[in-house]
Amino acid sequence: MNPAASAMPGLKLVLRRIGGVAFASAVALAAIARADPAPTAADAERWSQADRDVLASLSLKRLPSTPDDPSNAVQRSPAAAELGRRLFEDARFSRDGTVACATCHDPARQFQDGLPVARGVGTGSRRTMPLAGAGHGAWLFWDGRKDSLWAQALGPLEDAAEHGGNRTRDAHLVARNHSADYERVFGAMPDLDGLPMDAGPGGSPSEKSAWDALSESQRESVSRVFSNMGKAIAAYEASLRHEPTRLDRYIDAVVAGEPAGPVALSPGEVRGLRLFIGKAQCASCHNGPLFTDQQFHNTGVPPRDPAKPDRGRAGATAKVRDDEFNCLGPFSDARPAQCQELRFMVTDDPAMEGAFRTPSLRGAAQRPPYMHAGQFATLERVVRHYMEAPTAASGRSELAHRPSIGRRGAPTGRAPIELTDAEVGDLVRFLHTMDADR
Amino acid sequence: MNFFLVATLSLAAFATVAGCASPPADLDLSLTRPSAAGKYVVKLEPPATPAAINQLHAWRVVLASPAGAPVPRARIAVDGGMPQHGHGLPTRPLVTQEAPAGTYVVEGMKFSMTGWWEIRLAIDGPAGADKVTFNTIVSEPRVAQASAQ
Repeated sequence: MNPAASAMPGLKLVLRRIGGVAFASAVALAAIARADPAPTAADAERWSQADRDVLASLSLKRLPSTPDDPSNAVQRSPAAAELGRRLFEDARFSRDGTVACATCHDPARQFQDGLPVARGVGTGSRRTMPLAGAGHGAWLFWDGRKDSLWAQALGPLEDAAEHGGNRTRDAHLVARNHSADYERVFGAMPDLDGLPMDAGPGGSPSEKSAWDALSESQRESVSRVFSNMGKAIAAYEASLRHEPTRLDRYIDAVVAGEPAGPVALSPGEVRGLRLFIGKAQCASCHNGPLFTDQQFHNTGVPPRDPAKPDRGRAGATAKVRDDEFNCLGPFSDARPAQCQELRFMVTDDPAMEGAFRTPSLRGAAQRPPYMHAGQFATLERVVRHYMEAPTAASGRSELAHRPSIGRRGAPTGRAPIELTDAEVGDLVRFLHTMDADR
Repeated sequence: MNFFLVATLSLAAFATVAGCASPPADLDLSLTRPSAAGKYVVKLEPPATPAAINQLHAWRVVLASPAGAPVPRARIAVDGGMPQHGHGLPTRPLVTQEAPAGTYVVEGMKFSMTGWWEIRLAIDGPAGADKVTFNTIVSEPRVAQASAQ
């Protein structure tokens, strides 16, 4: 297929939407649409100034170091990170002694498991998320039910389908196996003598009643150890960073005005990149150096089990607000004034129904399956989902269909994503330019 | 991060918005506007330092009567979103303090992507309830012109 011809429907759409006032911009876009597929070392010079501004925003160079977490005083402590790594890899923190954080967050696989839904001591309901760069978002998990790395790390430890552990058992295990490392970071372990082996507020009925039988100060001591486990694991996770990829080297050359030369992308990858920041609309939400806006969107991804639609963000705001391990809770190191994200959290937006957090695309091409419950096996299927824009099973999809556009003079509302088969292939090719080297 | 908020109308601002959804060419970006029913004149002041994408920041609202008299003790609710993307603000901003001369501090503002954002204020003051909508364009910062050709 002639690439120029295949780009024409999109070009016409662009021209209609921009109107005559911005004709000069439209001419520039037309030039882009007719980009020659022939591979040449001059590819870098074909990007317009506006394109280069957008490309620069995607470079890993633009990513600051992991932001400080005022709720975790030890996030930057190397000793805490080392303790955190040991805890992360220790399968004793699970009901049957086989599940560590690293079981699902496999360091050899970008800290995820390649499964549609997580498999711990039981089977979860959502896809394991990778960990590099996780400390850059205000909200954790697909639904944002936690507001820090350390609070996130605690969830699976007590979850019946993941580690299936409980708080007193975890505290006893820290005392038995990690006390020297723990005390180096957090000071003396509390006296756990006489505390039951299995007790916790979220466990089995017997664990709950054993937890209720503890004194308030005993519960506080155990929860303190438990929260400190999370803070150490968070320190480790905050040290996990993305490495620059082929795309970063290409972008940095383009932005510097240098010939891409040895770091040039293939013609198909370059076409995919143009689509990504252009009419495919990917960069609307997959923006910035991590390729995510860190926000929640309903894009009509079908639920894994049609009988059980997942409410996503709508089901999570009360959880994070009421979480004893949130920024405002008794185990946080932050002053209340530092908990701005909780203070200004959106809790009543109907658009949060069925909405999930935008995932980073760095390394994503090496991490099938896709979406919040691994619904799609391939990237091509993902791209076609955004083109099909199905009606959401719960809530309302932000994606648009063709009938919703074309009102002359009123280019409001979202444009549908319309791509040829060749363009779908180019987008997928482009996504592989963010493959991790290892 | 080096993203900056650009609240001025320019082709450059349009052109540096990713995702191909150009805002309307005639978008009114004025930051002083009468409210919908004309009960107030509302001025929106962006932060002195341009805000970075996904960073919380504060704006100020200056509320006056149509004759120009400051309007203190009004209640102002803040809403907004991206008309071309079908989603709201990523946060729920609040008026956190009232300064002299009808000035109100709005904290918890955040923009999660480049493009056309609406900022909608629902005002309840001595002259009654009224609404006003502002438009702003968030765009990428410019990078240096390429030297090689």
